[in-house]
Amino acid sequence: MKIPESDFQMCNNQTIISEFTEEKLMKNFKTILIAYSLLIFTLLFLLTACGGDSADSNKSDQVLKTNTSGIPEWELENGFGPVKKKLNLGPIDKTMATEGEKIFESKCASCHKLDERYTGPAQRDVLRRITPEFFMNMVINPEENVEKHPHTKEMLGQYMQKMTNQNINLKDARTLLEYFRVLDEELVNQNKSN
Amino acid sequence: MNRRYFKAVLVAAAVVAAFVILHYGCQESKDLASGDVASRVYVAPGTYDEFYLFTSGGFSGQIGVYGLPSGRLFRVIPVFSQDPEKAWGYSEESKPMFMTSYGFVPWDDAHHPKLSQTEGIADGRWIFINGNNTPRIARVDLSTFTTAEIIEIPNSGGNHGSPFLTENTEYVVASTRFSVPVPNRDVPIDSYKENFQGTISFISVDKEGAMDVAFQIVAPGFHYDLAHGGKGPSHGWAFFTSYNTEQAHTLLEVNASQSDKDFIAAVNWKKAEEYVKQGKAKTWSTSYYRNYFDKKKHMAFSEQKTSVKVLMPEDCPGVIYFLPTPKSPHGVDVDPSGEYIAAGGKLASVIPVHSFSKMIKAIENEEFETTIDGIPVLKYESTIAGEVTNPGLGPLHTEFDGNGYGYTSSFISSEIVKWKIGTWEVVDRIPAYYSIGHLCIPGGDTRKPWGKYVIALNKITKDRYLPTGPELTQSAQLIDISGDKMKLLLDFPTIGEPHYAQAIPADIIMKNSKKIYPIEENQHPHGIKAEKDARVVREGNVVRVYMSTIRTHFAPDNIEGIRVGDIVYFHVTNLEQDWDIPHGFAVKGANNSELLIMPGATETLMWQPTREGIYPFYCTDFCSALHQEMQGYIRVSPKGSNVAITYGTGK
Repeated sequence: MKIPESDFQMCNNQTIISEFTEEKLMKNFKTILIAYSLLIFTLLFLLTACGGDSADSNKSDQVLKTNTSGIPEWELENGFGPVKKKLNLGPIDKTMATEGEKIFESKCASCHKLDERYTGPAQRDVLRRITPEFFMNMVINPEENVEKHPHTKEMLGQYMQKMTNQNINLKDARTLLEYFRVLDEELVNQNKSN
Repeated sequence: MNRRYFKAVLVAAAVVAAFVILHYGCQESKDLASGDVASRVYVAPGTYDEFYLFTSGGFSGQIGVYGLPSGRLFRVIPVFSQDPEKAWGYSEESKPMFMTSYGFVPWDDAHHPKLSQTEGIADGRWIFINGNNTPRIARVDLSTFTTAEIIEIPNSGGNHGSPFLTENTEYVVASTRFSVPVPNRDVPIDSYKENFQGTISFISVDKEGAMDVAFQIVAPGFHYDLAHGGKGPSHGWAFFTSYNTEQAHTLLEVNASQSDKDFIAAVNWKKAEEYVKQGKAKTWSTSYYRNYFDKKKHMAFSEQKTSVKVLMPEDCPGVIYFLPTPKSPHGVDVDPSGEYIAAGGKLASVIPVHSFSKMIKAIENEEFETTIDGIPVLKYESTIAGEVTNPGLGPLHTEFDGNGYGYTSSFISSEIVKWKIGTWEVVDRIPAYYSIGHLCIPGGDTRKPWGKYVIALNKITKDRYLPTGPELTQSAQLIDISGDKMKLLLDFPTIGEPHYAQAIPADIIMKNSKKIYPIEENQHPHGIKAEKDARVVREGNVVRVYMSTIRTHFAPDNIEGIRVGDIVYFHVTNLEQDWDIPHGFAVKGANNSELLIMPGATETLMWQPTREGIYPFYCTDFCSALHQEMQGYIRVSPKGSNVAITYGTGK
């Protein structure tokens, strides 16, 4: 938005040098040569000084744990997003799960059914496929995960549709998780009775 | 040839060559030094402009939104004209915004955008704009860049002198350009002098922005042209120019240019408020509309008003004074200190600048020349602070840079003239290409101008751009005012005629800009909150389709059971909650427009199928890789058919 101040500084320096050279010109050629060298030197200096982007390169200084995907271990297992450590889940909270079901109906069900492929994959068994932390990070922060995470990239290849940001906050994501924990528990019980 | 002589010539030639090269090199770096014009307006890809510029769309009826210094057009906000792209005036929800006492009026001539102010400084909440033809004022919400309210002005012949503001947006004003009988009635046109009058209206604005015609002052039958609110010491007053004090009703170009001086009407609105409180106002019956858009219900509502409070100057001494001002004055502009009131006397050879403090003294001392319809006319010498001489031909409007200078546009000589407040001397001038009307400095009409640029708003561009047939674009020109000399940086075309414009630092607007409408707050009576609620309901010959959109399907996308002669309402809710993901909706043969539904909003398109068959509908706004698949079919059966209503997606 702002015009970088460095641009103005560059211009002002040049003015001073130009006037200086013009004034001395008539006296002798040596001065001209010196002035030229000065001008060229200054230009070179300014050119290198205005490189600009160097500040950003510091970002890559972050220590990265190595794995084959090139992304940190935590993110590989749990996705990119605000959930940065393992959740302490405790027993299922039914009230929270009911709230989560409502949010699922309103913000997710246009694209996800529980048992059939739709715009996106069937979701009943989602917690068998990804961690609760990944689940929350994905619904809160789909763009970054679609862009960076190998699992999500693979899904994009299958469904050809980027998961949309449905403006879900941390609290809503947690209630959604509770709803899917209920579904997961039902699956477990079904398997037992079979 | 003498060898020595030859050598001397060679050396001399080398010196000359070196000088020439160096000189041109220096010349170039001097251009760089003074800001290298291209780089001053270059905003690198992916970076933001420093200012928003809002220009009136003139006879397009809309507002253009540009970035400065780049001149890039970001958006056209539909206001007074229907816009099929955004379904403005075509969707069932937006139609009420066009209601007036004359019925549905789908066009107007928009002249003066004006940013809302707090303590005399533009605050970026709203921008107001006048409709000149069928007198109206619109308020545009700058968190969504959509028109939030349009109010009709009763007892007005044409709303030109509008919508100028008081310092805290207590009021927007509206003065009538054409005097007419008030209230309007059937009289001979040549009875102008007995029957025609002007009105000056004060429209209150509450904290939420809602407008109401608080009171009108009935004034002599002159033409009231432009206005500005006082500020600082002159807060509580508003100033209106008038012309045609000759009261001509035909061939005005000659007959309204007779007098040496016309008037600025100085209105003490605080005093007028008191009179209204004391019950001095008459209540006249009339008819006008106030239309507003409910953001939660996603639809507009119209209310008809049937009376207005009116003040007659003879009942309200001290409310209005006339300041004689040469000659057919157009703009009236108050400097940042609030002390000086500059008038653009469009046929005058000087720019007269009145002093507010002198005016107050003259009123106290009753230095009156005469009285017109109970309104005291002050002596010119008693109010004038100075005259800017040699201001160019046809001075119109003045803006201020906050550093002690005024900048006046001169239409006939097509230039901007910079002059010093206090000494009234012209210090610089720059040509405009061509026929400049208004001009704009960011904050240049407020207590705190941001300065930096003046934007010339030009009527004619002959030979400046590639020709486009008989009609050519109008333009804006960006001129640097950061130094002693004004410097032209950029020309850019505008939508419609840019009468006036307002500019404001981008961060003031950006921080409030909405990204989506939260779906849980959607209270549209026909909106749905989840795809499972999508359905089709028949109510006699009315069929309501409750439809949802998300990347990349409609629900339902197959509909049967529609019959020829049905009135079908598509109530489409966009369930997306992601920024910049509207979905479009268009159905073959629709007689209105597409819909363009923002994330979390509901909009309705009415459709009356006249022929049986299969009708595709589809998303018009490219939304994702499977956008091309985002479509559906409607089966239309003959009148009286017994095909049942069925619908679904993926079945």
